[in-house]
This record gives sequence, structure tokens and C-alpha cells, in this order.
Amino acid sequence: MKNWIALILFVPSLAMAAGSTVPLEDPKIDLTDKESLQRGAQTFMNYCLGCHQMQYQRYQRTFTDLDIPEELGMQYLQFTGEKVSDYITTPMPAEDSATWFGAPPPDLTLVARVRGPEWLYTYLKTFYVDESKTFGVNNLVFPNVGMPHVLEPLQGTPRLAYEQRLVDGEMVDRYVGLKSDGNGRLSDEEYDVVLRDLVNFLEYSGEPTRLQSESIGRAALIFIVIFFVFALLLKKEYWRNIKK
Amino acid sequence: MAGFLAWIEARIPMMRTANMHAIQYPAPRNMNFWYVFGFLATIVLVNQIVTGIWLTMNFEPSAERAFASVEYIMREVDYGWLIRYMHSTGATAFFVVVYMHMFRGMIYGSYQKPRELLWIFGMLIYLALMAEAFMGYVLPWGQMSYWGAQVIVSLFSAIPVIGPGLVEWIQGDYVISGATLNRFFALHVIALPLVIVILVFLHIIALHEVGSNNPDGVNVKHPKGSLPDEEKTSYKIHEYYTSKYDIADDVVPFFPHMVLKDMVAFAVFLFAFCYVMFFAPELGGKALEHPNFEIANPLKTPEHIFPVWYFTPYYAILKAVPDKLGGVIAMFSAIAVLFALPWFDRSNVRSWRYRSGLHTGNLIVFAIVFIFLGYLGGTPQEDWKIFASRIATIMYFGFFVLLFLYSKHEKTKPVPKRIPS
Repeated sequence: MKNWIALILFVPSLAMAAGSTVPLEDPKIDLTDKESLQRGAQTFMNYCLGCHQMQYQRYQRTFTDLDIPEELGMQYLQFTGEKVSDYITTPMPAEDSATWFGAPPPDLTLVARVRGPEWLYTYLKTFYVDESKTFGVNNLVFPNVGMPHVLEPLQGTPRLAYEQRLVDGEMVDRYVGLKSDGNGRLSDEEYDVVLRDLVNFLEYSGEPTRLQSESIGRAALIFIVIFFVFALLLKKEYWRNIKK
Repeated sequence: MAGFLAWIEARIPMMRTANMHAIQYPAPRNMNFWYVFGFLATIVLVNQIVTGIWLTMNFEPSAERAFASVEYIMREVDYGWLIRYMHSTGATAFFVVVYMHMFRGMIYGSYQKPRELLWIFGMLIYLALMAEAFMGYVLPWGQMSYWGAQVIVSLFSAIPVIGPGLVEWIQGDYVISGATLNRFFALHVIALPLVIVILVFLHIIALHEVGSNNPDGVNVKHPKGSLPDEEKTSYKIHEYYTSKYDIADDVVPFFPHMVLKDMVAFAVFLFAFCYVMFFAPELGGKALEHPNFEIANPLKTPEHIFPVWYFTPYYAILKAVPDKLGGVIAMFSAIAVLFALPWFDRSNVRSWRYRSGLHTGNLIVFAIVFIFLGYLGGTPQEDWKIFASRIATIMYFGFFVLLFLYSKHEKTKPVPKRIPS
């Protein structure tokens, strides 16, 4: 019986990972970490927005939620709109991008709710050099994806790393992970932080009201518990003389 | 004030109705927690109607704007996210309480004579609710909205001769399109809610005519003149009931006793409801499926297409049959047999408390099979699941066959004349 419960509980996460065999890594994001969200927004505006949009979210809302002063946001984070109240859209025409990439790059407003933060984090971490592909890279989580490795200047050029192992008397190549050539601006640890911040920001954009929802939720649950106590006492009072 | 109320009462029977259907309605005193789900279903219905009205204020039923307008509600309408989650969580809650309500009816034999029509009205509500929920799920125009609709609507194409024409007629187009979305919106916000509210009204009227059943399945209404005065209830019961029957000392008035009991259940329910709504509104992708946060794309089929959790048992039955028409027939039969439940059960004893171990076992196995089918229909297809879903489908229908066979000569325990203390 317990196994069934476990199965039912874990099935959604298994379903999410379908299509690849790479174990997904948890970026341990934190929506209350405003600085992480601000850095994530910066990475998004600089590296993602060239192709992808966030068309259901406004600059102003983002600045307000992330404690970014409007003047600073307009100066450093707003490259595509004219007004602070504009939606975060890309200047790239969808017809062109469809021709260039095979399909228009998906909107990223809700991508964290479609894929989950673990998927996004692992996806961004597992690009590797594959000269047979149009953009010279492939991905472990999303094989044959039509997206170039935009963060290569940060990570460096990642390659599949193998080690030689003796198996049954023969030397074979065993895949052990990905390794950057080290030609990027960041170390592996720094790159992980950039990805974590970016995924954190995407999680925020998927549901900007998450924290507000949880804070109202806590108050509501406390109120309901108090209501329950009084409802129970009143019910007991009325039912005291009724035979069981 | 009294004069004003009398003036009203002389023109419309406000107090008489309130007395007859609530304040002086006789409710068996032994009703347990299984009896709160009807009340909770009513609460959820009200929640769905009220939040639904507010959602329509900003929702735009077109293929171009539907998805964006939902996100507009989620982000820019004041507390729009709350209204939307109340509505989406409400849909899941509705089916939770309705399934509990139905199973209550099954274990205590509430469908038996004289409550057959009451059961059938309930089943009609369930049917209307499924149509309502299905169309509602199409409205946000996400990937699962679109492809779920594609799967369900295409089922009708399996019907010989008229199938393909019927599908076009339902879709209003050659494919699922903005035209389909628009008509589903009309049906979802006007037609079906109206049908559901009318059916609920009839369900309650039918209930109050035959009276509430209880966990012992004991009658609390006895033939006029059959009970000595000291065995009659001392509560004020409406004369509509007392003029026709002797009401035993086994009842309490619906208000305040039952209402207070329902309030306790309401608090427990609300806690669970709010927990899901505020902290996990997607319910792990079961209430709001992950692919549905991506806008509908007719050119891109999702890796796995599942209906929302409350349809998955029937979806598993559909997939269990290798033939499309056969699968459709099996699926609709699975619902049709529930309508006929009062005639499958040939026993005179209602509650499982006084029936055979075989019957109890049959009911429990049925519940497990139903949940198992839901699991099979809601998770990615694997080889073993095809076989498992066939076995489970046979067991689902087996419940009714077995019930029909053993219920006539079932060994039952003597049912007490009065509710035992």
C-alpha cells in the first residue's frame, strides 16, 4: 500500500523528466532572495531577451516586485520597451526566428511552470559541443534542441568528458560528465550561481504572486483553525443531550 | 417587524419553505462524517458560480486572447490569481466531495427504494458536472486544454455513420479552434451551470420527499399511528412530514444540529482547500497540468496527454479496450451502469453494516479499483499498465455483476427497527 502512495506522489516528477535520462539537479532556489532575483533578471535581460520574450509580464511589475528602483531598472534592465509599463517583449520578429531556429523561441513567462526549476537548471547546465548540430552544440536534457549555447561566454566551451576504464579486459570510454574548456569568464561555481539566479527569476515570473499567496495562506489557515475550535465547541454544546 | 414578515409570508412562503426544508426538516441523528459531502458540494457549487462570474469579467473567449487573458487575470487583476485559484481548486474539490458523496450512497444503500430517482438526479448532476469541468478546462487554451479537447471530442467520431459529422457539429469547425472555444465558453458559463443548479434543486426536493437515509439504513419515518407518543421525536418537525408519518425519536432538526455539524466539517474541508489553493494550486500537476502553462499549439502534440485527475479512471477504461468504438462504449457504459445501480442491487437491506462480508468486500474492492484506474489513466503508458487496466476494467464492471448475482439471496443481519444507541 505504501508503495502505491509513493508511486502516486512521485509520478508527476517522473513524468516531467520524461524524454531524457539525465538526473535533474535541484537548484535550491529561494523566491525571498531579492538579490538573487535581481541578478537573475539582469541575466535574463542581457542573454535571453534577445530571442525569447516574457510577454505576459510588465517591466514595472518586475521592478516593483524585485525592489528595483524604476530609474535604475529603466537604465540598466529595459532594452526592448519604451515605457516602464510595457510588456517584456523581444524585438526579434517571430517569422524570422522561426526561419532561423526552426521554431520561434518559446515565451519564457511561464516556462518554470511548464518545465519545473530542476529541469531548467539542468538544461542550462548540460549544453555540450556537438559539431554535427547547426549551432555546434547539443543538450543532454533536451536532445537536438534548436538553441545555441548563449551562456558560453560565461561558462566557457563545455565538452562531454570521458575516462578510460577497463571493463571485461577491454578499455572503454565511460561518460563521466561535462567539463568546460575554461575559456569562459566564470568559474564552474560562479556559473552555477548565475544559473540558479536565472532559474529563480524564471520561477518568479511564472507566478509573481507566490509569496503573497503563501503569506495570505498562513493567515487564512490560522483563522480556519480558530473557526474550527469554535464550530466544534458550539456543535458539542448543541449535541450534548442527544443520545449517541 | 412581525407584521411585515406576515405581509411577506401571505404573498410568498418564505418561512414555510425555510421551516419545511431546513429548520424543521427531520435529519437522522446518527448521520456520520460521510453525510457532510452533500453540504460541501453545495458550498463548492456556490464558490464556482461566484468566482466564475468574476473570472468572466476579464476572461476573453477567443483563441487569440484566452491564454493571455488568463495570465492578465493572474498578474494584473487585483486578487485575480486568488479568484482563479479558488475556481481551479474548486473544480478539483468538487469532484473530491462528489466522489465521497457517491461512495457514501453506495455503502449505506442510499440508492435503494424509495431513493432511486434521488440517485438518478445525483448521477445527472455528476454527468453535467463532468461536461462542465471538461469545457472549463478547455477555456485557458493551454496545451492540455487543446489536446485534451482533441482526444475527448474525437471520441465521438467512433460512432458509426454520424460520428464524423457529429464531431464537426460539436467543434463548429473542422478542427478544435476558436469557434470551439467560444461555444464551450457559452456552455460552461450559462447552459451547464443552469442545468446543474436546476438538477441540484430537484435533487434536494427529491431528498426531502423521501427523507435522508442514515448509516444504519433504518427508517426514521414510520407509518402514521404506528409509534407510541413516547417514541416520537420531541423536536418541532414540520407538519408536512408529521401529517403523513410518525417521526421517531431518532431525528434532530436540520437546523441548528446538522448545520452545526456541517460547520465543523466545513472548517476541516476549508483547511484542506485553502492549503491546496494557497500553497500548491497545481497539486503536483494534477489539478493544473504543467503543459497547460504553454499556449495551445495545434502543430505540437504534448509527449503525454492526460485528462485532469477526475476523468482518469474512465480514460483508463477507454484505453484498456483495443478497439476505438469498443473503448468508447466501455467508457460510457462505466458511467451508465452507475445510473442503473438501484436495479443491480436486489437486496432489501441498505447499509453495509447489516449486509454480508461479500458485499463489504465488493464495495472496498470497487473503490480500490476505481482509484487504481485513475492512477493508470493519469500516468504515462507502460506495457504492464495495458494489462493492468484491462483487469481493472473487468473488475470495475464485475462489481455490478457480482452485486446483481449475490444481492437477491444475500445473508444479511437483522436490521433494527430503530436507530441503535
